[in-house]
Amino acid sequence: MQRFINDPDRVVEDTVSGFVKAHADLVRLGNNPRVVIAANAPTLGKVGVVTGGGSGHEPAFIGYVGRAMLDAVAVGELFSSPTARSFHDAIKAADGGKGVVCLYGNYAGDNMNVKMATRLAAKDGIEVATVVANDDVCSAGPEAREKRRGVAGEIFMWKCGSAMAAAGANLEAVRATAQKAIDNCRSIGVGLGPCTLPAVGHPNFTIEAGTIEIGIGHHGEPGIRVEPLKSAAETARDMCAIVLDDHGLSLGSEVAVLISGLGATPLNELYILNDTIAAEIEARGLKIHRTFVGNYFTSLEMVGATLTIMALDDELKTLLDVEVRCPAPF
Amino acid sequence: MQHFSNAATGDIVLAMADRIIANKAYLSEIDGKIGDGDHGVNMAKGFGMAADRLRDGSYRLSEALDTLGTVLMSEIGGSMGPLYGVMFTGFAESLPKSDAVDSTAFSRMLHAGLDEVQSIGGAKVGDKTLLDTLIPAIEAFDQATGSGATFQNALVALRTAAEAGRDSTIDLVAKIGRASRLGDRSRGVLDAGATSCALILVTLAEGVTMKLTS
Repeated sequence: MQRFINDPDRVVEDTVSGFVKAHADLVRLGNNPRVVIAANAPTLGKVGVVTGGGSGHEPAFIGYVGRAMLDAVAVGELFSSPTARSFHDAIKAADGGKGVVCLYGNYAGDNMNVKMATRLAAKDGIEVATVVANDDVCSAGPEAREKRRGVAGEIFMWKCGSAMAAAGANLEAVRATAQKAIDNCRSIGVGLGPCTLPAVGHPNFTIEAGTIEIGIGHHGEPGIRVEPLKSAAETARDMCAIVLDDHGLSLGSEVAVLISGLGATPLNELYILNDTIAAEIEARGLKIHRTFVGNYFTSLEMVGATLTIMALDDELKTLLDVEVRCPAPF
Repeated sequence: MQHFSNAATGDIVLAMADRIIANKAYLSEIDGKIGDGDHGVNMAKGFGMAADRLRDGSYRLSEALDTLGTVLMSEIGGSMGPLYGVMFTGFAESLPKSDAVDSTAFSRMLHAGLDEVQSIGGAKVGDKTLLDTLIPAIEAFDQATGSGATFQNALVALRTAAEAGRDSTIDLVAKIGRASRLGDRSRGVLDAGATSCALILVTLAEGVTMKLTS
């Protein structure tokens, strides 16, 4: 594959540098070049909201820094957790004196680095609460939800948690709302083609031509089955069934829907998926409050898509509809 | 009673860095089979950065270990940065204030590092991680000293157990970390973390052995 890169070992530095130049009205860098900070952060008297994760998922994670959105993001290597120091620096940058909530995804490295950053922040006198996203249905069974990975549902968690903090809620209220948001999310990924870390040079997983992998993870983690490629409508119905069967929502529930491309799938195909997904959700007696279709949480140049469905109550609906400004088209 | 001098052994950390850097491609190759293939690159980067800070002077072992741990923790992310970071800072903090390190103090140092790794990790023996090297190595050292072996002979036991522990990971199915997503497909290859941990422990044991005095 042909790429726009300068040096495979400097992909993250060059990405962040270009990102900050593009969005200087909304974001800035501090002393640590691996921490992207909202231009207006920290806000005195507001709970800070941070996240962090490996690079290669743009616009996640850095694209969700902004006004009424995340205050700071720790940036890792491609597909690799940020350091504890970067999480710690993000927490310090977001601290407005009312504590900081760290909303991140369930991966071994992130869990360790956030835990260490939380200890370091405690020495600075900053209280940190955490919420760990685990919305990826196929990464573990319903009896082991705590083992599931976090994927695109994190965006809804960030949005609701950030809006709650912007409204002046205290640390525990922000944490509880972000926890509720992610508890109400279920996601699934389907893969049609793999991706390659530039420094490695070859794909570290394969998807055979003519096949689709159902339940694939954001870094190519194996899904629950590989089957012959089928139509968009059949794929969409499969995705809805897996997500909604796990969800178990009652008739008449309102939901938000997020369909994200994984990097190399054209937008029109995401709309083709949504055509069936929307019909399928309504056929199950649910009401769609809002739909987001686009490249919200990608995996380098992976071909595929994710579907996230969040069940809404009045509070989450209000928070989801708060106007924000951030580099991601959200 | 055999012991070594904390003040005169900081260069053991340089030897560790050399060993890791020499095995950079090998560690990445193993990791590439069931992980994302960056273990050697990340380890060599972290150990190399620490070595650069230590090459210009003479450091106590505790200072050199602290520098290494701090660099790994603050510059290398992923899972290995924090795990090895806390292990080495744990080693550093537990070395005795007095200069002489005997086998009792050395064992205490190993346990302090292990405790730190377990406090952030959550893996156990058999999960196909660096603990499959570290735990049997410490147990073998303690068992040897407990049955009256000299410090030097206990270090031989530590090395042998570290290498056997590393080799044990071939037949294991990963239970934690990225390789665990592969289930049974993770069987049949060495764990990269267990392999780098064996390199570290063997180099540590060799270095200490050369500095032992009675």
